[in-house]
Amino acid sequence: MPLSWYLVFGALLFMIGVVGVLTRRNVIIVLMSIELMLNAVNVTLISFSHYLQDLRGQIFTLFIIAVAASEAAIGLALVISMYRGKSTFNLDEVNVLKW
Amino acid sequence: MKVLVWLIPILPAVAVLLNGLLGRRVLRDKAHYLGVGSVGLALLCALIVILRVIVDPQHPIEAKLYPWIFAGSFSVDMGLMVDSLSAVMLFVVCGVGFLVHVYSVGYMHGDPSYPRFFTYLNLFMTSMLVLVLADNYLLMFVGWEGVGLCSYLLIGFWYERRSASDAGKKAFIVNRIGDAGFILAMALIFWTTGSLAYHDVFAAAGDHKITTGIATAITLLLFIGAMGKSAQIPLYVWLPDAMEGPTPVSALIHAATMVTAGVYMVVRSQALYLLAPVSMDVVAGVGAFTALFAASIALVQTDIKRVLAYSTVSQLGYMFLGCGVGAFTSGLFHVMTHAFFKGLLFLGAGSVIHAMHEEQDMRRMGGLRRHIRGTYDTMLLATIAIAGIPPFAGFWSKDEILASAIKGGHVLWWVLGLCAAFMTSFYMFRLIFMTFRGEERFDPEQVHPHESPPSMLQPLRILAVLSVIGGVIVGIPPENGLFHKFVAHAFHHHGEHAAHTFHFWPDVPLMLLSTVIALGGLYLAYLFYIQDPERPKRLAEKFAFAYETLLNKYYIDEFYDAYIVRPVKWSTGALWSVDARVVDGVVNGFGAFTRLYANWSGIVDRWVVDGAVNGVGAVIQSGSRAFRLIQTGVVQNYLLVMALGLFVFATIYLIVI
Repeated sequence: MPLSWYLVFGALLFMIGVVGVLTRRNVIIVLMSIELMLNAVNVTLISFSHYLQDLRGQIFTLFIIAVAASEAAIGLALVISMYRGKSTFNLDEVNVLKW
Repeated sequence: MKVLVWLIPILPAVAVLLNGLLGRRVLRDKAHYLGVGSVGLALLCALIVILRVIVDPQHPIEAKLYPWIFAGSFSVDMGLMVDSLSAVMLFVVCGVGFLVHVYSVGYMHGDPSYPRFFTYLNLFMTSMLVLVLADNYLLMFVGWEGVGLCSYLLIGFWYERRSASDAGKKAFIVNRIGDAGFILAMALIFWTTGSLAYHDVFAAAGDHKITTGIATAITLLLFIGAMGKSAQIPLYVWLPDAMEGPTPVSALIHAATMVTAGVYMVVRSQALYLLAPVSMDVVAGVGAFTALFAASIALVQTDIKRVLAYSTVSQLGYMFLGCGVGAFTSGLFHVMTHAFFKGLLFLGAGSVIHAMHEEQDMRRMGGLRRHIRGTYDTMLLATIAIAGIPPFAGFWSKDEILASAIKGGHVLWWVLGLCAAFMTSFYMFRLIFMTFRGEERFDPEQVHPHESPPSMLQPLRILAVLSVIGGVIVGIPPENGLFHKFVAHAFHHHGEHAAHTFHFWPDVPLMLLSTVIALGGLYLAYLFYIQDPERPKRLAEKFAFAYETLLNKYYIDEFYDAYIVRPVKWSTGALWSVDARVVDGVVNGFGAFTRLYANWSGIVDRWVVDGAVNGVGAVIQSGSRAFRLIQTGVVQNYLLVMALGLFVFATIYLIVI
């Protein structure tokens, strides 16, 4: 399979993530969409790694997976804290980031 | 020895503290233990110190404690000094002071303010001792002011009585006038000699570093101080009123000690006075006139204490007369003998008043000899002493002063002194005859004269002994006796003036003349008040104008009231109205103007300044209202904008490249 297929797949995956982040109101799904975006980037990195025969791309991917794991942990902690404070998962109701 | 010298004033001071703090609550009617005890101990210390000075009079005891004030070239030591002059005063102050304290135990017994009395009296002792023991003018002035304060406190001791508190104020204010002179004199002394210590000042005077003009100014100013303190014309008016105080106070402060402070000061400053012949004449003249003037008022007074008060003024005049004609030591001698017999007379008068249930008017006495024999005997001795009949104490000192006056060529002063001596003898025997002899003019139903307790009589007896022998043992031969030889040691450093010496001519005839005059006064008093008691009345009617003038004390108080007190009050009132109208008007005008200006300024501030500030705020607020809507606070909106922006930039990038 040519490289372009992989890249198109990664781009589609990334766009699905972006749309998920921007449109969904449930904070859990937003977090999942962020994971999707990260993994889309991973697919793209591995594709290039294979195409260029350079392992640095794969190593970079491993780092991203580690960061994504910790990000998920922190994100879930924030979600729990948010629920305790506001009793909601709806992001429209969390609008304190203004004047 | 230094410790002893310091103990003398400090002991009564300690008693002041204890009596003042604990007297009212704890000691109450036992206050005299401290009061009399401390003065007794001080007297003991003083006697030891005096003995040491008598043994070795060439070397005064100097007891410097510490440098009190030093600022630039000005320095004053906290120092006491006992030379033969201080020793004489020390003896008088402590001796008479102690006797008066003992007397007060009986006299003030039962007074509700008993501890307060002893507190003040001890404070007086401390101040007076500082005055006579100080080794510089400034410390002397501290004592000088202290005795003035105590005099005020004790004259007004029965302050519930209006007349007493008024008399206290009068004494204080009149003394203040004199004190102003003293302060100016001190300033001038310091300016001239650069020091206030006796030693330096008199050394400078002895070396003729002070010109005659300056010395005259200094001594006249000092004499103004002395006039106030020692009740000389024209500042004598407070002393007769001071009789409102308790009688022991009159005896101690207003007869024996405080009022002689002026004489002491003049005698102490004799090195300065000798440089200023004009001042000497002023001192002699004021003294002579005062002696005669006060004696003439005493002739007709009927209040027993007022007679004695004017007598005191008159005798103080003698002392200044002595100083003024150069016989400083004779003046001091008269201070001492006067302290004995006048102290005794006042204490005796107190005993009479006590016996008569607070009656002071001699017209309601008479015949008291039968009732209070002890008082009569002692007072008679004092009267003979003050009248100047030999060999009693007063004769020696008074005769010396008069002899010095005539021998120094001051005939006018001598004649005035002789007239005063005649009057002295007359009014004193008048006092004795009116009080103790003749018929009883009081109501025997209501008044039962009784003899005073021993605590009052013993001091009288001791003073009586001193009044009899105090002159003869130290005053013979006149002007060269033990007293003179002793006191001369205090002044031999700076050239003692040539002392007159005793010669048969003219001294013995002068003495005889004095004696005859004194006896003449006695005889006249006998004619008037024993032989024919109606005679004074007839004479008073015949010379009504003179009698009225004397009875009203030459209208001096009225004169002062009309020409000094009232103009001062009037000018104060005028100044007050200037203050109320002009000064207050200006101040209030400024206030009103400021308020007006502030109102106007407030309007500007509110509308212009605040308007500008608020306007800026309002503009910004309304402008920012539109932008506020962009900020929703929802993260996803921000992300959307981010993503769109990224998309736009990416698109531009792709198209352009």
